[in-house]
Amino acid sequence: MSDTHAHSVAFVRTQDVPMAPPPSNAAGPAKWVKDNLFATPLNGLLTLVALYFIYAILSSALPWILGGIWNAPSLAACRDILDGASAACFAVLSERWNQLLFGFQYPDDQYWRPGLAFILLFIAAAPVLFFDLPRKLLAFTAIYPFVAYYLLWGGTIFVPILALVGVAGGFMVYQRLVAGSFAAGFFGGIAAAFVIWIIGGWLIPDDASANAMLPAVPSRYMGGFMLNMMLGVTCVSLSVPIGIALALGRQSSMPLIKWICVIFIEFIRGVPLITLLFVANVMLAYFFPPGSGVDLFLRVVIMITMFSAAYIAEVIRGGLAALPKGQYEAADSLGLDYPQAMRLIILPQALKISIPGIVNVAVGLFKDTTLVSVISMFDLVGMIRGPILASTEWNGVYWELFGFAALLFFIVCYGISQYSQWLERRLATDHR
Amino acid sequence: MRKSVILGALTVAGLSAGAAAAGTLDDVKARGKLNCGVTTGLVGFAAPDANGEWKGFDVAVCRAVAAAVLNDPTAVEFVPTTGKTRFTALASGEIDMLARNTTWTFSRDVDLKFTFVGVNYYDGQGFMVPKALGVSSAKDLDGATVCIQTGTTTELNLADFFRANNISYEPVPIETNAEGQQQYLAGACDTYTTDASGLAATRATFENPGDHVLLPEIISKEPLGPLVRHGDDEWGDVVRWTLNALITAEELGVTSTNINEMAANTNNPEVARLLGTEGTLGEMLGLDAEWSKRAIAAGGNYGEIFAKNIGEETPIGLARGLNAQWTNGGLIYSPPFR
Repeated sequence: MSDTHAHSVAFVRTQDVPMAPPPSNAAGPAKWVKDNLFATPLNGLLTLVALYFIYAILSSALPWILGGIWNAPSLAACRDILDGASAACFAVLSERWNQLLFGFQYPDDQYWRPGLAFILLFIAAAPVLFFDLPRKLLAFTAIYPFVAYYLLWGGTIFVPILALVGVAGGFMVYQRLVAGSFAAGFFGGIAAAFVIWIIGGWLIPDDASANAMLPAVPSRYMGGFMLNMMLGVTCVSLSVPIGIALALGRQSSMPLIKWICVIFIEFIRGVPLITLLFVANVMLAYFFPPGSGVDLFLRVVIMITMFSAAYIAEVIRGGLAALPKGQYEAADSLGLDYPQAMRLIILPQALKISIPGIVNVAVGLFKDTTLVSVISMFDLVGMIRGPILASTEWNGVYWELFGFAALLFFIVCYGISQYSQWLERRLATDHR
Repeated sequence: MRKSVILGALTVAGLSAGAAAAGTLDDVKARGKLNCGVTTGLVGFAAPDANGEWKGFDVAVCRAVAAAVLNDPTAVEFVPTTGKTRFTALASGEIDMLARNTTWTFSRDVDLKFTFVGVNYYDGQGFMVPKALGVSSAKDLDGATVCIQTGTTTELNLADFFRANNISYEPVPIETNAEGQQQYLAGACDTYTTDASGLAATRATFENPGDHVLLPEIISKEPLGPLVRHGDDEWGDVVRWTLNALITAEELGVTSTNINEMAANTNNPEVARLLGTEGTLGEMLGLDAEWSKRAIAAGGNYGEIFAKNIGEETPIGLARGLNAQWTNGGLIYSPPFR
């Protein structure tokens, strides 16, 4: 074949031309810059303006951060070291880090307890968040609340054990009765748990905490970022199931249930969180005899949980409403009863739709936990605004402290947000 | 209708709280701890230090009472309160006494049903201006922009003062003292007004405190003192006379260093009565004879407490001024121990 060509054509290339690099403006960084930053004159202008702003911010912020002083006993000493230069005084963080993280009253030799509880939180949360993990890990998740309670509050080990036994007993009763009817199982389980707790409460001696292995730490000694984490984790994990129940209750065909849920949700959503917190702190104190009041932490947890449950209920109701009616009818036509239909067909789809909304509420709730500083609880912001800024050494340090607080909250909230995006991708079964 | 039900419930609850707290002194002794309400943090007056230990001018009053009643100045459970929660905490019996730079006013005494047992600090509203402004009197502030905390009595005092002097001002509303400092330093207002002690503490944190001056005018009366609930006069007496013991000790020259010596060999009958070597004053209060000796030994007399926490040697650097002993031209004055 090549011979014929050789005769008819003057030149035939027998080898590939070596690949030439593309023109410099059509590949590599130059092309990327041209396409993305200077595509049109207007884009180019915007790029230059943006670059100027970034430069302006960094050129003043970076020296301030990098030149920061990490070791000084007070703000005045910091300023002496800086000698007129403008730089951060991070010494307040290195001196008061323990107060920022744990509050000023948690005993220092016990810091390992909240630390351990924090690490265990990830192990406990992992099987819930990442359902590819082995299901057996959920056993640890189930006992984590009791372990964490014991680690944080200490005292006698019988209290968390009794709580665990009560929950386990209630669950067994539920299992036994649920075959008959869901309601019987549900209320029977709750009644059984209470019976166990009340009987157990009599058995535990009053002075059991006196010589406990872990010294008891009262709730009012909790503070700092630990308090924000405790409130955030407890309230989010409690308010999701309650929110689901409220959302389903609101759609119930039983008028009493429906109206209780509607009134609860609308009332809570119509009241600012700060008002509920004041009720928890101030009003409830009037209704308990002096000295025997319910723990302030518990009161606040109840109020924040009610608040976020109402919001989550509305988010989930949106998810339920977004499901085509055919899904409900399909469940009915399969002969599933109400709990089965909800558990197997409706909720998995509705919750999937609701994820972004739930995460939104969770992030907002976590940040709202700083509101407890107004009712004289020393969370991270309360620690900064109260004891630290009121000390003669550190009065006047604002940027460093609030920047640190912002950083901690950003890390957590960004983590939650990234997880929810991963979850949405993981659960996406729709058409792409 | 609903309102009256709620009010009724509150009244019942208030009555029962009052009844339950009838014997605060006995309650405190039985508990072995004094529940003392303090601020969540105010420079020099009450704040926990790096070790979590409460320190300050108001804290010292709590410790003196605990020392007098319980023989242990550390037997205090400090209950931090905000401006919004302090009165309910006291009324509901959560705390036994409130030492939280609280101004003694008619309505708080009469309407809120508290008993102010005395005054431990005479404060008043003042003005801070940059030296560069060239103002030497608050009356020169015509047309000035003023940083002022909203919703406080200082706001009303300010309006009264400017109206009385027939000059105008432009308010810059702020929420907290921290915000006020920042706004003032950023030049958002010509002058910053709040309690004079707060202004001094604020100025002490500036990089160049010398560039700012406090104007001489004090435009309001803010007598700050510890308070207890109405209806338990025995307990009110204990707190009142503990405070008076600190004040009298300074007047008579009894300090935490010379107290034992004074108690052992004094010729002054008033010192002897104060320190319990003569007379039965402690017994009358329901305490032992050495109650005031312990109260003074806990943190020193009034002058020592003042000097240690907010005096001129501290970064806050407040002069005694109105808070000097009456013998030195101030208002600090205790009824006699007799």
